[in-house]
Amino acid sequence: MFIELLRLSLQTFRTHKMRSFLTTLGIIIGVMTVIAIVSLIQGMNYEVERQISSLGSNTIYVQKINWGVGRLDWDEVSRRPNLTLDDALAVARLPSIARVAPMRGRMIGRITYRGNKVTDVDLTASTPSLAEVGSYQVEVGRYISSDDSLRKRSVAVIGVHPADNLFPTVSPIGKLLTIDGKSYTVVGVLARKGSFLGQTQDNVIHVPITTFEKDFAPGRGFGELQYSVTIQAMPRRGVSVDVAIDEIRELMRRRHGLAYNKPDDFGINTQDTIREIYRNITRVAYIVMIAVAAISLLVGGIGIMNIMLVAVAERTREIGLRKALGATNQLVLWQFLLESVLLAAAGGAVGVMLGLGIAKLVEVIGHLRAAAPLWVVLLGLGFSAAVGVFFGIYPASRAARLNPIEALRYE
Amino acid sequence: MLIRTEQLSKAYRTGAVELLAVNEVSVEIDQGEYVALMGPSGSGKSTLMHLFGCLDTPSSGRYLFDSRDTSTLNDEELAHLRNREIGFVFQSFNLLARLTAQANVQLPMVYARVSPPDRRARARAMLELVGLKDRMNHRPNELSGGEMQRVAIARALANRPRLLLADEPTGNLDSRTGQDIMRLFDDLAGQGNTIILVTHDQNVADHARRVIRMIDGSVVS
Repeated sequence: MFIELLRLSLQTFRTHKMRSFLTTLGIIIGVMTVIAIVSLIQGMNYEVERQISSLGSNTIYVQKINWGVGRLDWDEVSRRPNLTLDDALAVARLPSIARVAPMRGRMIGRITYRGNKVTDVDLTASTPSLAEVGSYQVEVGRYISSDDSLRKRSVAVIGVHPADNLFPTVSPIGKLLTIDGKSYTVVGVLARKGSFLGQTQDNVIHVPITTFEKDFAPGRGFGELQYSVTIQAMPRRGVSVDVAIDEIRELMRRRHGLAYNKPDDFGINTQDTIREIYRNITRVAYIVMIAVAAISLLVGGIGIMNIMLVAVAERTREIGLRKALGATNQLVLWQFLLESVLLAAAGGAVGVMLGLGIAKLVEVIGHLRAAAPLWVVLLGLGFSAAVGVFFGIYPASRAARLNPIEALRYE
Repeated sequence: MLIRTEQLSKAYRTGAVELLAVNEVSVEIDQGEYVALMGPSGSGKSTLMHLFGCLDTPSSGRYLFDSRDTSTLNDEELAHLRNREIGFVFQSFNLLARLTAQANVQLPMVYARVSPPDRRARARAMLELVGLKDRMNHRPNELSGGEMQRVAIARALANRPRLLLADEPTGNLDSRTGQDIMRLFDDLAGQGNTIILVTHDQNVADHARRVIRMIDGSVVS
């Protein structure tokens, strides 16, 4: 009997191809949105997780600010004391800390070499330990040495981007480039790091922090120096990140003379902080997605109910005839319910395919590993079928309740 | 005795006016009878036929089919009765346009849960019986009026019902085709089928062996 009903429904769709398609459009769009967005978020999750891990799972960033989105009191932050190289040295002496890299950074407008230039380069001034703490690999040449640092040598290690653009044909090693009017000798090129959260990490240049303070100190005409030092710290092997964080916090509070009831006036950030921020962003994306999907499914469901009511009206005579020939009310109900469920589920299936298509497209174009987990495909199909049941039950019960005589008389 | 009615009435209410379409009708029809239910339009003959066919429920009185009081049956049992025991032939054929002749004939058997091979075999046999051997796979729009009515009769006979009800079966046909259809009913009656024809046409009623005349909801003879 079920097969009979199924065949009947398919026949109806065949006679009303265009109408059936338009009816399911809402559901198609809803499911497509869900599948596409979930696939993309999954892909992004994978990518972001890979990149966050690349930060080094246990690197601790002690900074003037706390990482986060939209919950910083800038007024309060601006009153915080700057972190200094002395702070970095103190952190380095903590028993739980293996290595520390103090860091200053600023954006450099232009770096030139014989008429070639690169713009908006991210300049990082630090000590040799940054290579290890920040897990930088040197591809050609060498990294900054402690000798460079001690003697305040004008040397630079450059990223792939300036290397390719300033020295397209020659080896950059030993060449003299100009950073905002100061000359630096290139001693090494960093290995490619790729991009992090959509931002390239290869348009960088590293110089010794001591040289940087000599060349770009405030009051020498180069404003916008980042006054506060960022301290990257790596805990000793076997020491948990939390223990290290506690030690750093205690030290910094002592150095800043904070009373026990005052909040921290510095930020201690880790990989997990980024994860937290990222989770907040994706949570918003999920909420938006659910809203869009819910609205399209609602609209789609109403469309299905509408078309099923039309179908019931159109086929009033048929319903009367079927009842005269022995169809029970229940069978008539099932027939129309099955039809609306199939309609909705077919829309869901098309939506799944389009969603997967979009995800694939983005994967090819955007180099994201988009992946639709099975649960979301099943959820999409299940939800659309549920919409079919929910919005089909009223038209179907109307068909089932039709009086056969009136239905047969209906023109 | 196949069917019996006892003071069977059906009232319709239109606004404040109550109309007795069928007024205390008591008739008995035996197995194998060939009956014409005659009367002018509005006499209640169609309503009485709907009551016979369990498509409608009476306002008062009793209707017994094969000694079973139909007022005690629920929806499902009534559907079962319509499916197995009663075959309907309508004035306007009521074939499903998107199905072939054969598929139309199979419909009552689908509801009787006959297996597909059996259904096909019996549909073919029934179409052969009504003289449409070559028209099995045609759709209604490829058939003439007479052919469509033959398909409808084949469909009515599909589950070998004990009662065949025909509501103005020749009403939409020209007189020659109507004659052909009436000869088919005569043959079926001759084979022992119980047939009730509803008609206002004396020529049609003449085919029956018994005539029940109705005026204003009451049986007059």
